[in-house]
Amino acid sequence: MQKSLPRTALRAGIASMAVASLAACGTSSSDSGSEALESLGDTEGSVSILAWPGYVEDGTNDPAVDWVSSFEEATGCMVEAKTYGTSDEAYQLMQSGGYDVVAASGDLTLRLVAADLVSPVNTDLLESYEGIFGFLKDKEWNSVDGVAYGVPHGYGANLLMFNTEEVSPAPTSWDVVFDKASDYDGKVTAYDSPIYIADAAVYLMTHSPELGIENPYALDEDQFAAAVELLKTQKESVGEYWSDYLKEIQAFESGDSVVGTTWQVIQNSISTGTTDVVLPEEGATGWSDTWMIASETEAPNCAYAWLDHIASPEINATATAYFGEAPSSEAACDFRDDCEAYHAGDEEYASQIWYWTTPVSDCVDGREDVECVDYSEWTKAWQEIKG
Amino acid sequence: MQLGRAARWVLGGVTAVVLALIYLPLGVVFLNSISTSESLSWPPPGFTLEWWGRALQSEGALHALGTSVLVALVASAIALVLGTLAAMALSRHRFFGKESVNLLIVLPIALPGIVTGIALNNAFRTIVGVQLGVWTLIVAHATFCIVTVYNNAFARLNASGTRLEEASMDLGAGLFTTFRLVTFPRLKSALLAGGLLAFALSFDEIIVTTFTAGPGVTTLPLWILQNMFRPNQAPVVAVIAVILAVVSVVPLAIAQRLTAKDAQAVSR
Amino acid sequence: MTTHRVSAFLAPRRRLRLAGLLTAPVLWLGLVYVVALSALLVTAFWTVDELTGQVQIEWTTENVVEVVTEALYRTVTLRTLGIAALVTVIDVLIAVPVAFFMAKVAGPRLRHLLVIAVLAPLWASYLVKVYSWRALLSSDGIIEWVLSPFGLHTPGYGIIGVVLALSYLWLPYVIMPIYAGFDRVPDRLLEASADLGGRGWRTLTAVVLPMIRPAIIAGSIFAFSLSLGDYITTGIVGGTTQMLGNLVYTNVGAANNLPLAAAISLIPIGIILVYLAAVRRTGALRSL
Repeated sequence: MQKSLPRTALRAGIASMAVASLAACGTSSSDSGSEALESLGDTEGSVSILAWPGYVEDGTNDPAVDWVSSFEEATGCMVEAKTYGTSDEAYQLMQSGGYDVVAASGDLTLRLVAADLVSPVNTDLLESYEGIFGFLKDKEWNSVDGVAYGVPHGYGANLLMFNTEEVSPAPTSWDVVFDKASDYDGKVTAYDSPIYIADAAVYLMTHSPELGIENPYALDEDQFAAAVELLKTQKESVGEYWSDYLKEIQAFESGDSVVGTTWQVIQNSISTGTTDVVLPEEGATGWSDTWMIASETEAPNCAYAWLDHIASPEINATATAYFGEAPSSEAACDFRDDCEAYHAGDEEYASQIWYWTTPVSDCVDGREDVECVDYSEWTKAWQEIKG
Repeated sequence: MQLGRAARWVLGGVTAVVLALIYLPLGVVFLNSISTSESLSWPPPGFTLEWWGRALQSEGALHALGTSVLVALVASAIALVLGTLAAMALSRHRFFGKESVNLLIVLPIALPGIVTGIALNNAFRTIVGVQLGVWTLIVAHATFCIVTVYNNAFARLNASGTRLEEASMDLGAGLFTTFRLVTFPRLKSALLAGGLLAFALSFDEIIVTTFTAGPGVTTLPLWILQNMFRPNQAPVVAVIAVILAVVSVVPLAIAQRLTAKDAQAVSR
Repeated sequence: MTTHRVSAFLAPRRRLRLAGLLTAPVLWLGLVYVVALSALLVTAFWTVDELTGQVQIEWTTENVVEVVTEALYRTVTLRTLGIAALVTVIDVLIAVPVAFFMAKVAGPRLRHLLVIAVLAPLWASYLVKVYSWRALLSSDGIIEWVLSPFGLHTPGYGIIGVVLALSYLWLPYVIMPIYAGFDRVPDRLLEASADLGGRGWRTLTAVVLPMIRPAIIAGSIFAFSLSLGDYITTGIVGGTTQMLGNLVYTNVGAANNLPLAAAISLIPIGIILVYLAAVRRTGALRSL
């Protein structure tokens, strides 16, 4: 519904709906009616794609940004793209039908699988699949029981940004926005979404081991209360919460904010040169998106062609660079000069990222003796934190 | 009016200062549209015409503009019909529940946009069971635009009285002929003013729009919102805003001229 | 001709004519708006299924009780009311002299120019203007640059920033009805008052102000109601500030909890209805 705020901001618009899919994960796949395609045939002439804004650009917003035209020319599949603002909206649209391909975030993928709205992808039919980083394949948000349901697109971490003049020495820990936040009173910034509570949980995993947090998206009452408490203390030093990219760039360029969470793309866009980013020692939250094919598609060949196209090194490089995230393959880095900045392919780095997942009452870390706090409670708590 | 010289100067001064303040942020927008900074940072590090070139070539913006104009036109047209009917009913008749009807017309604009937005979104999807699209958006916009037409028409109908209409009927003209030849010509400029306000209201509306536009429908404000957050697009958006403000002067000026002339004619 | 026959049939039948005029607008507003609003109010008493995120028809007062009892909602409501009231007062205080100058002091030519000058910024996109306020309020923005020689500082992002930006955004909506109100005050009346010895100020307070009161209230409805529901401006220049609109928006968007959002909506709906009821007698509703 909040289609207006694109980018990852909205990935955090996660609904409790995902519960169904997560609970069902592993059970419903076996009786899934849809099968992966065995072989490819002639393309159908058109393909309808549902994606985040900025994922399917055909030059209408900016003539220089276009990776659809080359696809249309090469395959004869005319692309009809629709964008969505939240995973919920995407879920509703997929249910209503009419889409062949969807780009889904970690909080949507399993829902689609559970509802049988997407079919397994025969990755052998995709030339580009082999080159994709191993650490992105066969993950709990894109595969079920070892069966791939889609192709990884791009990924990124929610990093710590700091003003190099105001914050020295360079921080290596999130403590500058939590326990030491008062040093930068009124100039701390934080991401404006309930999912940010997970960032506090990541911090507590290291600094309050007695809480026993195993996964920042699986918090029981006590762990959750501790994270909320930490954020309430932090709020006293927060100058503003940011939810969009432009706001954060402005705030760091003007010095209104000097330390807080960020995305790599924001660091790349800041022209003053007074900021730097770090992946703190505690690790960080992040995202990883997946291209999937609708089970009811009438254009499977065009759909496979798109998956292959968008995962091909040059196109994947262009699309992920435009969006501001790491590409999905090493080869894509030949077409980008900023792969290093995004730590693309750095497995060690990627392993420190807790990819966004919907918090649900069945703890996602596998604990069965307690109930975890679900996302609707996260939302309420977030509003209380902001006061 | 008899006002001291000093009072006139003070009032003029206040007006000048207020206008200057109104245009200060717009000046900032203009500077952004020619600044080399992509994030609207202050002061502009340098100047460029690149954004103007890019904006003029932006198909997305053009398409969104088309959608906005279409939605605003249809919504205003619906509002014109419904607002005029309501104004004639309330200005020419006395009946039980008149106050309630008046309240009903005012409510969609008086209640916060987010309330109207989620109420209509919910109704469209669950009660009516339709997919959100351009029509749901038009219906929503028409609903909150009725009031501007209604108020303008109502004021004019009240000011012009019923004598001429009665004379026309006495002379044997039918209801529709009377409306066409007597009521409508005197109402015309008020409808224009009301319609223009309705158009403007619809054109820049973002909150109700967010909740009632289908996923494929991008009005200009939605396009702006989406592009504010695309890399390198913020200055392009500033260009569009400047162009809109400048271009809007033309219809405003025409409407002003017409209304002023008519209003004088009617009150005399 | 059939229209002629219809006309002849309708002419003596007032009730029928009234019905003909009222049916379409009342049906539209009734079917589209009243039904939608009622459905929303009813939803406030339903729940959401945690598993599917779907609204469930299961009657409960839980949401409403939560909104009434929890301190969060009280705090945010008071803050929102304060901001909306402040914005309204600031706008009216600015709009009255400007509208008066436009309607009664400026010559016809200047008047036309001023009306256009006031209305043109309305077209320059709400969002772009808010972002430009963000630039103005920044700690290295123009406001800081102008004020710092005097030892003053920009208010920065927060409640004051929100009040300033909202006052700016809604000002034209307040000026226009008040201008129209002044325009309706006949010059003769002002002259008569002056002839009878009324000084400028007295004329203003005793004669003019009562006449334009409905217009001022109409303008205030705009400023008040638009501020009451805003969430975008707060997000951009509000720092950590939360308003009622933000709470509603988060519950609809991120949390997918329509019943709770509906329950929170009851607060602004209630406030506006009380406000409208209070000003109804003044005829302000016809001056919007």
